Amino acid sequence: MSAAIDVHEMTRRFGNFTAVDAITFDVQRGEVFGFLGANGAGKTTAIKMLIGLLAPTSGRASVAGFDVATNAESVRRHIGYMSQRFSLYEDLTVRENITLYGGIYGLTDDEIRERGKALIGGLHLERAAGARVASLPLGWKQKLAFSVALLHRPAVVFLDEPTGGVDPITRRQFWEIIYDAAEGGTTILVTTHYLDEAEYCDRISIMVDGRIAAMGTPSEVKGRFGAASLDDVFTELVRPQAVAVAQHA
Amino acid sequence: MRVLGFLLRKEFLQIFRDRTILGMLFIMPVIQLLVLANAVTFEVTSVRMAVVDMDHSSMSRGVVTSLAASGRFVPVESSQSQALADGAMLDGSVNMIVVIPEGFARKLETMRRAQVQLIFDAEDGAAAGVMRSYASAILAQYSLDVGAQIFPVVSMRLSPAAERAPVRGRPVLEVRHRGWYNPALDYREYMVPGILVILVTIVGSLLTAMNIVREKEAGTLDQLNVTPITRTTFIAAKLIPLWSIAMVDLMIGLVVARLVFHVPMLGSLLLIFVAATIYLAGALGIGLWISTVVETQQQAMFLIFSLLMVYLLMGGLFTPLRGMPVWAQWAADLNPIAHFVALMRSVLLKGSGVRDVAGHLLALTVIGACVLGIAVRQYHKSSR
Repeated sequence: MSAAIDVHEMTRRFGNFTAVDAITFDVQRGEVFGFLGANGAGKTTAIKMLIGLLAPTSGRASVAGFDVATNAESVRRHIGYMSQRFSLYEDLTVRENITLYGGIYGLTDDEIRERGKALIGGLHLERAAGARVASLPLGWKQKLAFSVALLHRPAVVFLDEPTGGVDPITRRQFWEIIYDAAEGGTTILVTTHYLDEAEYCDRISIMVDGRIAAMGTPSEVKGRFGAASLDDVFTELVRPQAVAVAQHA
Repeated sequence: MRVLGFLLRKEFLQIFRDRTILGMLFIMPVIQLLVLANAVTFEVTSVRMAVVDMDHSSMSRGVVTSLAASGRFVPVESSQSQALADGAMLDGSVNMIVVIPEGFARKLETMRRAQVQLIFDAEDGAAAGVMRSYASAILAQYSLDVGAQIFPVVSMRLSPAAERAPVRGRPVLEVRHRGWYNPALDYREYMVPGILVILVTIVGSLLTAMNIVREKEAGTLDQLNVTPITRTTFIAAKLIPLWSIAMVDLMIGLVVARLVFHVPMLGSLLLIFVAATIYLAGALGIGLWISTVVETQQQAMFLIFSLLMVYLLMGGLFTPLRGMPVWAQWAADLNPIAHFVALMRSVLLKGSGVRDVAGHLLALTVIGACVLGIAVRQYHKSSR
């Protein structure tokens, strides 16, 4: 089987602005791939193309073996997605959200019941199962949203800044869930602003200005830039652009 | 379809948990119906009338009595001086002056014809027109009763300073008014079916647009768009609940119309509901279409109200279509509100059957199919 995510020269233009500029990368099955970059570097645009929300202007990409441009519906059946904006229904209860998403992905009633029970148990949410999602603390909501995105056992999961605004302990728990899923063979593409989290990834790529400026395992990337931390690499890569913007202004 | 079932359940759960939406759905329509139906009326009652009777005959008093007896004209002043009456009109204490010239009764006796001058305050042109037709009708009836012709000589006065010459050359025709289908000319009977149309339209289009745009704002729409739900399933799951709520609203409205306003329901209610079903396809389609072109609920609301305003004012709801310029009458042929209003009035007040309103039904079907078709095509799970 080919790579779980295979991207070749994928480009997206909005008028004259090139948000994503001919990026090429692949992610292997079961890998945790960190997708880094400053705000506006094109991460979210790239993810939107991979999950079929946005059509690429040129280039090609396949996810779980299906082309995103020509076979978006098959792609959608095999992926999970959790956006930076919290994406469960706040006015539905925990259990109602689970039932809804299970039903949407075509799980049987038995599957919904069993997996829902396991999910709620795994998150220790038994007492909150009948509560509306709006009443949960943010960290719980995020973990719940991630678990719901895994409910249909997708081949690939896209997490767009899943840990934004979450406390360090919850972040740690979040990464434990990510590792569990990856061990089960799920491929994970995650964007983040926390560079300590990037260290947890098998491989990372850093996007600058719509292009991939660096890619490899965290230690490879650090070695290539002779930097002690990913923080330094990130600053090194992003600063020239910041200076250029300042000169334009 | 199983997925549709899950989505419908979600939509109904959400609707019945939102108190604001519930209020909008079930309480606002009733209140609006009660308030609007009483406020929107062209009827003119209790016209304050000054009488300048220079004849002092039983005939001249008969003219005044017949006007007053109609219940629409209330004599509030009586004087020998037209100047005094003019002053009363200027300060707004009367809306109408009746001048009966000296020798009125004698002329009626000898020549079988005489004139009465009617002066109306024409500041509100529409009201003046209504007063004038009431007065003419009453005088025509009185003419019959006395077996002679009474010519009303009518002046429409914008201000007492304007020229006072009576408008001539308006011979009395024997005008006999009889309001068919609405014999008492009850404007509420006429307005209530139209107001029901406004209500289902607002519920249908506004709530549809707001519902979808709210999911856009919350980010849950993107979440749904990355799932394998088909476009048809998604749209059906959005439209079916709002369609059924609009139908329930229509039912509530009809019950209020019947119990509170005693609006006659001569035609088939089944026909009304069939027409409403077709009409709502278009109304919901507009909501769906708007949800695809806006990003926020404010934008959705603004767009819906701008559109509705035009469609309502040009739909013959408040002003008769026959009074509009030709281009506007053509535009009304494409206006679903115009067809549905005409159909509702015709079925409820006249008892028209399917064959009588077939034209409206056909128009509603074509318009609804086009609007909904365009809206569905416009809706995409991904952006180009």
